[in-house]
Amino acid sequence: MSDLTALTIAEALEGLKAREYTAEELTEEHIKSIEASRDLNAFVLETPDQAVDDARASDTRRARGEVGALEGIPLGVKDLFCTKDVRTTACSHILENFVPPYESFVTGKLRAAGACFLGKTNLDEFAMGSSNETSYFGPVRNPWGQVVDDAGLVPGGSSGGSASAVAAGLCLGATGTDTGGSIRQPAAFCGIVGMKPTYGRCSRWGIVAFASSLDQAGPMTRTVKDAAIMLGAMVGFDENDSTSSQNVVPDFQACLGQYIKGLRIGIPKEYRVEGMDQEIEALWTKGAGLLEEQGAEVIEISLPKTKYALPTYYIIAPAEASSNLARYDGMRFGLRVDGENLEETYMKTRAEGFGAEVRRRVLIGTYVLSAGYYDAYYLKAQKVRRIISEEFATAFDQVDAVLTPTAPTPAFSRGERTDDLISMYLNDVFTVPASLAGLPAISIPAGLSSHGLPLGLQLITRAFDESTLFRVAGALEEAVGWSPRPLKS
Amino acid sequence: MSVDKSTVMRISQLARIEVPECDQDQLVDELNNILTWVEQLDEVDTEGVMPMSSGLPGAVLPQREDLVSAENRQADILRNAPDSRSGFFVVPKVIE
Repeated sequence: MSDLTALTIAEALEGLKAREYTAEELTEEHIKSIEASRDLNAFVLETPDQAVDDARASDTRRARGEVGALEGIPLGVKDLFCTKDVRTTACSHILENFVPPYESFVTGKLRAAGACFLGKTNLDEFAMGSSNETSYFGPVRNPWGQVVDDAGLVPGGSSGGSASAVAAGLCLGATGTDTGGSIRQPAAFCGIVGMKPTYGRCSRWGIVAFASSLDQAGPMTRTVKDAAIMLGAMVGFDENDSTSSQNVVPDFQACLGQYIKGLRIGIPKEYRVEGMDQEIEALWTKGAGLLEEQGAEVIEISLPKTKYALPTYYIIAPAEASSNLARYDGMRFGLRVDGENLEETYMKTRAEGFGAEVRRRVLIGTYVLSAGYYDAYYLKAQKVRRIISEEFATAFDQVDAVLTPTAPTPAFSRGERTDDLISMYLNDVFTVPASLAGLPAISIPAGLSSHGLPLGLQLITRAFDESTLFRVAGALEEAVGWSPRPLKS
Repeated sequence: MSVDKSTVMRISQLARIEVPECDQDQLVDELNNILTWVEQLDEVDTEGVMPMSSGLPGAVLPQREDLVSAENRQADILRNAPDSRSGFFVVPKVIE
């Protein structure tokens, strides 16, 4: 038997269909891989017994001819998705012992499609971070880390555990969530595919909330095709999420392998930011050239307010977070730290339960929503958000997709940016604009840096046009002609 | 606009997050750093622009009948409570 942890989801589905191996064997191999790679700290909870039970049940279903879209596929689940009777922490001390009595919509859909869950993956606390260094359960290692630095490279964040796990062969795919780049940026840092669908495609029900007007779930996989397969099993209308879309869901896989001749690809000139890595600029130019070779028309476009997206995000996201995280009061669930009275109990519970970055963002959010400052900060940011969204709409009159780098640098060393908040925030400079506009976007591995680290390119399309997104991403992936794998440790 | 220590303490009170004395100065600096940086938004002319509060422009919040849809799940609801007795959440005394 070949290395079952090196398969793509599409290959594994074929192998299972051809009875080359069982779901149980496939799952067992991944459990071994997880056990051998605990130094990555990619999983904060391993659920091998449940995974094997699920795999056996899947083999039984397959024998009966019942085959779901992800039948027998072992996946990792970001520990932000509530999983029934399985601890869900958001990697925060305040939820350290929380065991949900219900299943999130997205993970419920994946289970119904036949997926087996290997465990819960690490993340920045409450998904607030770009390096997976704010997790209560400690930082995640990027499996590419040993290439340059023994101290360890960050995997990106917030879905750093999922990205690291997929890249290192601990699972065939994993769920992520993306508020300002939390799927796409770690995907770029770890050399995998990360996709954020249009806001509303995936129900947010049962996902621990960070910033509700921005949060979206999406797949993290090794190939574009795998992302299409997995996303197909995650989407759908959910009456429990008032922002869940009722739009028709296209067949995402059918979009792959189509010609892109005649499609117009926009290169936004404002994404040439100061301080961008030379290598990344060269990669971007190369990516545009590859699409052009396949018959796409590459056009320079302008998104003039791009530089204001990040400060807009860092008002809106903390504001929404401060409201969402008000629920953690130590009364109904989660940590409680007793004080002299109710007020003091709240104050101590939240001081001890939240880590430094979460406390900071809640305080910023509280400030920008407070009387006297609401108009100057929060309303102002919402207005700039509208302008940014309209600029995308104007650009999409001219082009079918936008191509940008995913992040301004490759993965960096642990601890390198924790003292400079703004430099950490700048990681998301290319991913945040599409988040603010609610647009679908994907990061695909497109090359290696001179140090041998993966670099990603991002594509963005119109709202609900994941079809074009997959079509162009598939073409670009094929033209790059390379799927990176880190050295196995 | 920059925040001073008393403002930070007022925010900490509003957010119900205790900030120990030893962390206060650093927090004032950190918050000022972030606030100064976001204030570049003042350069953008937003005259007459409608604020965007939804995840997608033009999204309308749907309405539905207000009906009970869940069965009695008292045990589920209390399962994660820090303290519960006789089917109730137990909380610190609220009324003096």
